[in-house]
Amino acid sequence: MSLHTLTVAELAAGLEARRFSSLDLALHFLGRIERLAPELNAFVTVTADRALADARAADERLARGEGGPLTGVPVAHKDIFCTDGILTTCASKMLSNFVAPYDATVVQRWRAAGMVLLGKTNMDEFAMGSSNETSFYGLVRNPWDRARVPGGSSGGSAAAVAACLAPAASGTDTGGSIRQPAALTNLTGLKPTYGRVSRYGMIAFASSLDQGGVLTRSAEDAALLLGAMAGFDPRDSTSVDAPVPDYVAELGQPLKGVRIGVIREFFDQGLEPGVGKLVQDAIEALRLQGAAVREVSLPSLPLSVPTYYVVAPAECSSNLSRFDGVRFGHRCDSPRDLLDLYKRSRGEGFGDEVKRRIMTGTYVLSAGYYDAYYLKAQKVRQLIAADFERAFTEVDVVIGPTAPTPAFELGAKTSDPITMYLNDIYTIGANLAGLPAISIPCGFVQEAGKDLPVGLQLIGPHFSESRLLAVSHQYQQLTDWHRRVPKGYE
Amino acid sequence: MSLTRPQVEAIAHLARLEITEAQMPVYVDSLSRIIDFVEQLSAADTTGVEPMAHPLADQVQRLRADQVAETDQHEKYQQNAPAVAAGLYLVPKVIE
Repeated sequence: MSLHTLTVAELAAGLEARRFSSLDLALHFLGRIERLAPELNAFVTVTADRALADARAADERLARGEGGPLTGVPVAHKDIFCTDGILTTCASKMLSNFVAPYDATVVQRWRAAGMVLLGKTNMDEFAMGSSNETSFYGLVRNPWDRARVPGGSSGGSAAAVAACLAPAASGTDTGGSIRQPAALTNLTGLKPTYGRVSRYGMIAFASSLDQGGVLTRSAEDAALLLGAMAGFDPRDSTSVDAPVPDYVAELGQPLKGVRIGVIREFFDQGLEPGVGKLVQDAIEALRLQGAAVREVSLPSLPLSVPTYYVVAPAECSSNLSRFDGVRFGHRCDSPRDLLDLYKRSRGEGFGDEVKRRIMTGTYVLSAGYYDAYYLKAQKVRQLIAADFERAFTEVDVVIGPTAPTPAFELGAKTSDPITMYLNDIYTIGANLAGLPAISIPCGFVQEAGKDLPVGLQLIGPHFSESRLLAVSHQYQQLTDWHRRVPKGYE
Repeated sequence: MSLTRPQVEAIAHLARLEITEAQMPVYVDSLSRIIDFVEQLSAADTTGVEPMAHPLADQVQRLRADQVAETDQHEKYQQNAPAVAAGLYLVPKVIE
């Protein structure tokens, strides 16, 4: 097996046993990025010099016996996380000249653990998209079929890890932006509980929904990386002050007796039959291992997409008001006056989808419409959260597909925003209720002669990451879907 | 169309976004579709339901002691500014 198909856990073991150095790894992955990243457009910035410096420092640290379990392992960050002294664009023209003056807490924590920064990955502009086609830096392609999307918004992170250009990458998930690309590229993608991971230095889209997480090759890797990124941060006012469990130690919890609820509303007419079949097979595999499987109903869940498309744009319109062409970011040429400066800087700096969401949010928050849209959506959101809460009195986790279809073709859904939005129909509920959720590979469907990966989604009560990771890890002991690598990237 | 062109022009002004003449019809169309789509929420029975204030129950806004915790880094931060002079951000003349 070659270095680039190894998991983070395997790379860490190899570093500890001195089978290779961190510098070997950095050079190997940088070589692959140079050769293979352009055809996928997975990176906005490759930080080669920084990677080599980080790797040398990690090797010295390991030689002194001062390394931790992740010291020397290379990683990539979604370009939504601020990195001190490094271009941080959020894939927008607005921030195409923005050199972050500080590290996001997630960046700082992985750095402190001795991880090596390979670069910043491409994404949908300001994380607004489900196909990674809205980036100012161009669309990202899926390594399983380069004519298809990798999912979004963490599409660059997904493509980079799936193509073995990085062992793991960070992502953010506001409505499915970690889980859906993970499903479409055969990765494990974890969105933690709201407040579990600091949002400090993570460029805000919708503050009551945004949560940082990881895209990896295994649940074990997600456990390792979550442990290194989670925890209280006084710099994020919504960060929860609760101890971080040893997620790796808890991976061994057996499946026997775990109560799993199959979400009836997720097996709807929009679900492609081939995808539904693989998800049912995976659930059956869990049942055969002793999990107690039953059906649960979450009747308000079908309203999650319209609820999200009120709440998220409302928060986005407020958050993105900071981009005014005055203090940082794009400024238009020769503004006539201050109003002209604001309007043209923002009109030129933001892409179409971002402008559409800002305007949707401005409308639903405007005088006379607030009660009918925003307040109503926050009430429906409460109903959705209550549905989950009720289900969790009867089962430990709920389960279903991550996305209704496998990866679709580039351009297939760009003409109608609603078609694109409905792609996140199974992932949005967890964000609205602040719940942790994970997508893991559960097989492949064939389309036009290509093998396309399918994701299985597990959602749990607040702070149940250990349980989600353990069920996923146990499933990954039974199956090897997660170890499959796309042709041409082995 | 649930939204008219003048309505969308007013929204764009409130949002401080310049929308080109060519793009305006596209936004009138797509924003109308989005508003029509989210309209289905009005059918949901939310009688007696409190709007969600926070995804986690029982969260309170954390306070901190009123002490200086940050250092002055305006020179570093202003390196990203389009125009500064003497530590101040420059904008077009606001008062004639």
